[in-house]
Amino acid sequence: MNEKRRAIWVFGDYRNYFQNRVTLQLISRARELALPIGAQVSVIVFGHNVDEIVGNYTAHGADRIYLTDHPRLAEYSMETYSFLMERLARQEKPEIILIGATSFGREFAPHVAKRLGTGLTAGCIGLDIDENGLLVQRVPSFGGNLIAETVIPERRPQMATVRPGVFQELEPDPKRVAEIITVPMPEHMPPDRIRLISSELREAKVRRLEQAKIVICGGRGMGSKKKFAKLYELAELLGGEVCATRPSVYLNWAGHETLVGQAGKQIRPNILLSFGISGAIQHTASIKNAHFIIAVNKNPNAPMMKMADVAIVADASQICNALILELQRRIATKQSHPSDLSGNSAV
Amino acid sequence: MLRLVVCIKQVPQVSELPWDPDTGRLQRELAEGMMNPACRFALETAFSIREKVGAKIAAITMGPPSAEEVLREAIALGADKGILLCDEKMAGADTYTTSSTLAKAIQSKIPRFDLILCGSSTSDGETAQVGPQLAEELDIPGVAYVDDIEITGNKARVRRVADQFLETMEMELPGLVTINARSYIPRYVSMTGFQAAFAEDITTYDAAALGLSPEWIGSKGAPTKVLRVYSPRMDKKNIVLTGTTKKIIGSLFSLFDDRIGGIIGKDLKTDKKAK
Ligand SMILES: Cc1cc2nc3c(=O)[nH]c(=O)nc-3n(C[C@H](O)[C@H](O)[C@H](O)COP(=O)(O)OP(=O)(O)OC[C@H]3O[C@@H](n4cnc5c(N)ncnc54)[C@H](O)[C@@H]3O)c2cc1C
Ligand SMILES: Nc1ncnc2c1ncn2[C@@H]1O[C@H](COP(=O)(O)O)[C@@H](O)[C@H]1O
Repeated sequence: MNEKRRAIWVFGDYRNYFQNRVTLQLISRARELALPIGAQVSVIVFGHNVDEIVGNYTAHGADRIYLTDHPRLAEYSMETYSFLMERLARQEKPEIILIGATSFGREFAPHVAKRLGTGLTAGCIGLDIDENGLLVQRVPSFGGNLIAETVIPERRPQMATVRPGVFQELEPDPKRVAEIITVPMPEHMPPDRIRLISSELREAKVRRLEQAKIVICGGRGMGSKKKFAKLYELAELLGGEVCATRPSVYLNWAGHETLVGQAGKQIRPNILLSFGISGAIQHTASIKNAHFIIAVNKNPNAPMMKMADVAIVADASQICNALILELQRRIATKQSHPSDLSGNSAV
Repeated sequence: MLRLVVCIKQVPQVSELPWDPDTGRLQRELAEGMMNPACRFALETAFSIREKVGAKIAAITMGPPSAEEVLREAIALGADKGILLCDEKMAGADTYTTSSTLAKAIQSKIPRFDLILCGSSTSDGETAQVGPQLAEELDIPGVAYVDDIEITGNKARVRRVADQFLETMEMELPGLVTINARSYIPRYVSMTGFQAAFAEDITTYDAAALGLSPEWIGSKGAPTKVLRVYSPRMDKKNIVLTGTTKKIIGSLFSLFDDRIGGIIGKDLKTDKKAK
C-alpha cells in the first residue's frame, strides 16, 4: 500500500482539547526529526466521524493520515485501539511512534510497545536524532532531579511518550494536503474484556498558573508589599502571571493560590523571571521544567542563581522597575511604527 | 477465596536523597530504600478486597537482595507471602524486561491468580509502564490509574479519572489494575504482623529457577539502552550579569531580545531611528 519510505508516526489523541494540543505539538516536532532521516510524518486516527480532526492534522503538518473510522471506535478503548495499532504497525513498519503523555497515551503506549516487542521511553521532555539516525529520548527521573538519555538501538519502532507543552505546534495552513489512507476495520476483532460503563467529561478546572507560558515569581527579597505589587505591572506588560514563594504568601504580599512549590503549584513556563528568591528545594522542585529562567538576587551564590540561565546580581525591586520602563519604551517604540510588528523573530 | 498478587518495588527515599554538592549528582548507592508509595496503596487496596470478599495475598518484587525489606514490610502489614526475584542478571532491566520477568514468575509460581495489583507508577523511574506491559505479557485485561475497585463474581468494577473523564469500567477476571497513590490512614503493624514478617516465608528465585535465559532479562534483554544520566543543573549556560542597573538591562536585551520577544510574542528590537 505504500512506497518504501521511512515514517515517523504520531498517534492522533484528540479526545479533549489538551490531548489534541500534544498531538499537534508532536506533529510539529516529528517534521523536524524527519529531515535528517528522510522520513515522512504520518498521523494515525481511530474514531468515528472524525473528518474535522483529520483536517486539523493535515493543516498542522501531517504528510499522511491513516484513518480507521467506525462506530465501534467512537469511544476510546484500550484493547481495541492497541489491537488496531499493533496490526497497522506490523504492516507498515514505522521507524518511530510518538504518543502524547496524556493519561490515555501513557497507558496505551506500553500496551502497544509490548505487543510490538519494542522499547518505549515514558514522558520525554526532549527528542533528537543522533549521527546514527537513532532517536535520542530525554526523560527526567527522580522528580526531575536527573535526566536520562535513552535510545532503542535495535528493535523497531522506536517509541516514546512525550509530555504536553514540550514542543510548539505549527501555525495551521489550510492549503496543505495530506494523503489519506483509509484502513478498514478488520473483520475479526478479539472480544473486549473491558466494558466502558460510563464516561463523563468533568469541567476542566481553571489552571491559569500551571498553564502560563510566562511567569514572574517574587520571593522575600522583593522587600515589601508595595515593591512586590510592581511585579503585576511587569506581568501585564509581558502577558504573564505572577506567583510567589511561601514567605511572600505568609507576608501577605500575594494570595495563597499563587504559591509555587511543594505545598503549592507546579509550573512549566517558557520563561520564568524569578525575583529575590533563594531557591530552596521545596520551591525549585516545582519550577525546574521552566525552559528559560532569569533570576535576580543580591547574592550570586543563592541556589536559584545557579539554576538560572541568566543570573542577575542586583536589587530585585530595582531590576523590576527598570525592566518595566525598558519594556514600555521598546513596546511603545514599536507601536508608533506598526510595520515593524510583523517581524517576531523567535530563536 | 480470591488469589491476589501485589507487585511491589523498593525505591530510594527521594526526599532524603544524598546529593554530591560539587557535581550536583545523586549518589544513588547511598540512598535509603522504601516501599514505593503507589505500591503501598496497591497493597492497601488488596487488603480492602480481602476484608470484603476474602483473599490470599502474595507480594512479589524483583530487585537486589535488600528488596527483601519491602516484602517483610508487606507481610508485616498483612500479606500472606513474599516472592523475591533476585539475580545479578536481572539488573538494569527496562520496563519491557521487568514485566517479562514478573510475568514469568507469576505464571510459574502463582498461575491461578484472579487479580494483579500494581502501583500506578514508581517515584524513581516514573514510567507507569510496568503494569500495562505485565497485563499484555500475561494476555489479561488491564486498567491503569484506578482509584476504586469492587469485585463481584468474576468481574471487577473500577473507577478512575483519565484525561478529565470520570470513567467506570467493568473488567473480566483474571485481570490487572494499577492503583494511584493517594493519602490513606497508615495501618499500624500489629504484634502478630511483626512476628509474621519474620516467620513467614519469603521465597527467592533466580533466573535459572524461573527458566529465564540471560539473553532475555535485565539490561541484556532490554530494548531500551541508557546513553547517559546527568543532572539538568549542569546543563545550563548560566550567564551572570552584574554592574549598574542600566548596564544589566542593556546586556539583557542585547543578548536576549529575540528570545524574550519570541516568547512574549512582541518584537523587542529597538528601532534606533525612532529614539
Ligand atoms: C514542608 C515544607 C514545604 C514547603 N513548601 C514550599 C512551597 O511550596 N513553596 C515555597 O516557595 N516554599 C516552600 N517552603 C519553604 C522553602 O523551604 C523556603 O523557605 C522558601 O522557598 C524561601 O522563599 P524565598 O526564596 O522567597 O525566601 P528566602 O529564602 O528568605 O530568600 C530570599 C532571597 O532574596 C535575596 N534577597 C534579599 N534581599 C534582596 C534584594 N533587595 N534584592 C535581591 N535579592 C534579595 C536573598 O539573597 C535570598 O536569596 C516549604 C518548606 C517546608 C519545610
Ligand atoms: N522491580 C519490580 N518489582 C515488582 N514490581 C514492579 C517492579 N517495577 C515496577 N513494578 C510495578 O509496576 C508499577 C509501576 O512501575 P513503573 O512502571 O516503574 O513506574 C510499580 O508500582 C510496581 O507495582
